[in-house]
Amino acid sequence: MHETITNRANPMIDPALHIWGWEIPVYLFLGGLAAGLMILSAMLARRDGAPLSRWARRLPFAAPALLSLGMLALFLDLEHPAHVFRFYLAFRPASPMSWGAWILVAIYPASLLYGLALLTDEEWAPAARAAGPFEKFRAFAVAKTGALAWINAVLGIALGAYTGVLLGNLGARAAWNSPVLAPLFLVSGFSTGAALAMLLPLSPSEKHLLRRWDLAAIGVEAALLGLFLVGLSTGGAATREAAALFLGGAFTAPFFVFVVIAGLGVPFVLEAVEWRKKLAPTLFAPALLLAGGLALRWVLVAAGQA
Amino acid sequence: MKNGVRYAMTMDTKRCVGCSACVLACKAENGLPLDGYRDWIVEETRGKFPNLTMEIRSERCNHCEHPACVAACPTGASHVAEGGTVLVEKSKCTGCKACIAACPYNARYVHPKGYVDKCTFCLHRVKRGQQPACVEICPTKALTFGDMNDPDGDVARLLRSRQSKVSKPETGLKPRLYF
Repeated sequence: MHETITNRANPMIDPALHIWGWEIPVYLFLGGLAAGLMILSAMLARRDGAPLSRWARRLPFAAPALLSLGMLALFLDLEHPAHVFRFYLAFRPASPMSWGAWILVAIYPASLLYGLALLTDEEWAPAARAAGPFEKFRAFAVAKTGALAWINAVLGIALGAYTGVLLGNLGARAAWNSPVLAPLFLVSGFSTGAALAMLLPLSPSEKHLLRRWDLAAIGVEAALLGLFLVGLSTGGAATREAAALFLGGAFTAPFFVFVVIAGLGVPFVLEAVEWRKKLAPTLFAPALLLAGGLALRWVLVAAGQA
Repeated sequence: MKNGVRYAMTMDTKRCVGCSACVLACKAENGLPLDGYRDWIVEETRGKFPNLTMEIRSERCNHCEHPACVAACPTGASHVAEGGTVLVEKSKCTGCKACIAACPYNARYVHPKGYVDKCTFCLHRVKRGQQPACVEICPTKALTFGDMNDPDGDVARLLRSRQSKVSKPETGLKPRLYF
């Protein structure tokens, strides 16, 4: 027998272990999406061949929009929202959250300028009359399109990876304490970003390209998920207990049903079949991928606090 | 830091009866909210009936040598103050809870006013030459507080002469609450 009684650290009396609610997985999902779209829009523009379609040119604007929603969720999670400015009065190199706060503000100018650079002159014309001094920003962006594409790709990778580092370096939470989370969240962000882009009316050739990239990303993501579980289940007592949450414990059903099967397996098979039979991409696989990306973060954030 | 003042606490599990006076003294001294505790009692029973052993511990923030909470804090609100004491600067705390997630000892909680609160080793009392409230009230003298770097101090003397352990040494954070 081994019984421990305490007036603290008991979720029934004092729910201190569960500190992050719905806001955090929602932010991690939207941040991953924004990261994926930033990388993808840079990759699409850098590829050889046909010029970008109308919606592909507008893709860079999706990142700040999604990020703003995600940051709203983060803001709602703060216990003292009036002190939010404190994130920008300090830079703490040991704190992934501090890195994240600064990456987030860097993304706004980078993605907005890149979006301006990709607009054609005709698309810009109606805005140009009202833009006045902003005309200079567009001229600058157009001149630096290539550099902006690279900056967007690098910031996208930073954003996608830091969300995993944020959870992964918390030694006190066994289910999160894995270096695999950073590449896992990055690849998942890339895959969900591709899925969201495939829901837009892009050109057929762009959609085919996205589907090919997405198939590769899903494969890598599945391998990383496997590594994540292997890493947990071969670690110390606490991490093995955390692995058991996904392999027979409380989170087994949601993890395998929503993340592994519906979120990765089914869309992978659908996309692969569409690709082999040369069918146009449908909306079903992307929708499943997006739901799976959210489920992955939801299950992980909850399991780390169980 | 090696030769400076390093506050630490020892907790004699053989003396502790689990009366919770330390918990209540802390609550009163620091005006804690209804659901807030900076220290707490753990009763741990091991063995097989009727051969049972019980250990009672009064636990609180370990004021670690390498505090994970301070590393995780994005604003610098969590910091290391005088004597290695880990404190939270209320005016800098956004309530993001990264420190709570980082602490393996679950020593922190969210104050209803929106900042993260924790044990301060009663630094305000210590600066006046008094003992922390929990130490002062303990009726069985199970708690001892002081500078562990002072070879003639009570803490250093106890650590020299008795066997001691810390909670979760595998974290590598070097906790400064000895049992």
